[in-house]
Amino acid sequence: MSEKIPIGEKVLMKGNEAIGEAAVQACCDCYYGYPITPQNELTAYMSRRMIEEGRVFIQTESEIAAINMCYGSAAVGARSMTSSSSPGISLKQEGISYMASAQLPVFYVNVNRGGPGLGNISPAQSDYYQTTRGGGHGDYRVIAFAPSDVQELYDLTMLGFDLADKYRNPAMIQADGILGQMMEPLVLHEYKRPPDLPSKQPWRLGDPSTTDPLLVTSLVLNVTGMEERNLELQKKYDTITENETRFEEVGLDGADVVMVAYGTASRIAKSAMEVARAKGIKVGLFRPITIWPFPSARLNGLADRFDNFLVVEMSLGQMWEDVRLAVEGKAPVHVHGRTAGGIPQQADIVADLRKVLDAKPGEIVKNF
Amino acid sequence: MTQKIRCAGFGGQGIVLMGKLLAQAGMMDDKHTTFFPQYGAAMRGGTANCSVIVSDDAIASPMVEEPDVVLVMNGPSLDRFEPTVQPGGWIFYNTSLIDREVERKDVNVFKVAANSIAEEVGNARTANMVMLGAFAKKLGTVNLETLLGSLDVQMHGKSGKIMDMNREAMKRGAALIK
Repeated sequence: MSEKIPIGEKVLMKGNEAIGEAAVQACCDCYYGYPITPQNELTAYMSRRMIEEGRVFIQTESEIAAINMCYGSAAVGARSMTSSSSPGISLKQEGISYMASAQLPVFYVNVNRGGPGLGNISPAQSDYYQTTRGGGHGDYRVIAFAPSDVQELYDLTMLGFDLADKYRNPAMIQADGILGQMMEPLVLHEYKRPPDLPSKQPWRLGDPSTTDPLLVTSLVLNVTGMEERNLELQKKYDTITENETRFEEVGLDGADVVMVAYGTASRIAKSAMEVARAKGIKVGLFRPITIWPFPSARLNGLADRFDNFLVVEMSLGQMWEDVRLAVEGKAPVHVHGRTAGGIPQQADIVADLRKVLDAKPGEIVKNF
Repeated sequence: MTQKIRCAGFGGQGIVLMGKLLAQAGMMDDKHTTFFPQYGAAMRGGTANCSVIVSDDAIASPMVEEPDVVLVMNGPSLDRFEPTVQPGGWIFYNTSLIDREVERKDVNVFKVAANSIAEEVGNARTANMVMLGAFAKKLGTVNLETLLGSLDVQMHGKSGKIMDMNREAMKRGAALIK
């Protein structure tokens, strides 16, 4: 990337860098990060661009330091960000839970790699459970976007900052190593701050000599108080579910099988769909763009109209569970999962689509 | 038209740059394009490869399982990727560093003495440009002029002398096609 950012123009950019530029455009004040593959280009990009813009960039001593710096800067109202990959995101979970409880906005990115443990650096989606169940301890959720191309990485990063501020809640991107590493043309849209974003003035910590003392904390020792806070959070999550659930539907009309896939898996499923259709298999694609809130209501509606679902994911049946919960037994939900760098192959998906159509009543196709 | 290309060689040959230039040129030619590198623990002398798709239509999966074209810069890469090419596809390979023939009979082969030509230009490191020039001119996947232009974006900040040498190497590769 040249030093002049060509806003409004089409450029070729790496996924990790597109996230970085979107954050810079979206007025991110502070970025804290610690290196880990496959998201390193994001931290490297921020180390240059944030300094160019006269903002805060700190390469922290650990992932835990980074998320707690986010807590501190978010508490004074700064737009704060961190990013990592799977093992590093696990380390951040305590801080994320604290921020969810303290209702502090933060935007973070998890470019998934193979797990569990230190795993490998290959692409995966196996942090789905962690992402969609909050990740840390306690009754909470984070707004989780699942982009499938570099343009979406850019656009949803901007939206992520806005929704974090709007709902005073952590928001994040769940990507995989392929999305982080690949390059693709995108248009660098200008950031437009939503006019309805609430002011942070009522809650953010300021200069105690000029404002009333405020407390931002996740600790509420009295029982009634903590349950009340939880109920307040749940009300917020209901509002988010109602307003912010996003998905895409491709070629569902007349489909005998609806594939459900997000991120890179959805792109491979889409290619498999073209191959399958050429072989006479009628198949469509449902792509969650938010994986929390999950588009459960829409999938439940689709289950009234379609006979079969096939989940394609780069994890072993994690999203499969959410689709089954959404469908509520109205239709069989099959699964094609690969993990830890195993990438679903088009031919294998097409073969499983055939098996789904040939399945006996009550039989579930599962490749692992 | 959709063309899936894999560039392969050893670390230090500029394999990733080859892919970036192809994707950049594809975009500048108003086509859809994706680039995906093998990433992670790479080192000079180790293996390197990347895949590029250039298409008139929107690209769904960026993964290249069976490429239409491989641009092969060293022997181990030919061993690894020769079997993956689509029947009827193309293998462009660097005869300066590969002393065997392509065994498959169901693919097209184009030989490029990339290092030798690059040395004539003045630097063996431009062998990747020789290969790209030959590929672009032979198959027309991306316009040669656009590919030359893509150097200005992807090698932004390099000295005029280096840029000239790379452009010259690319043109010399293209000149292999009469």
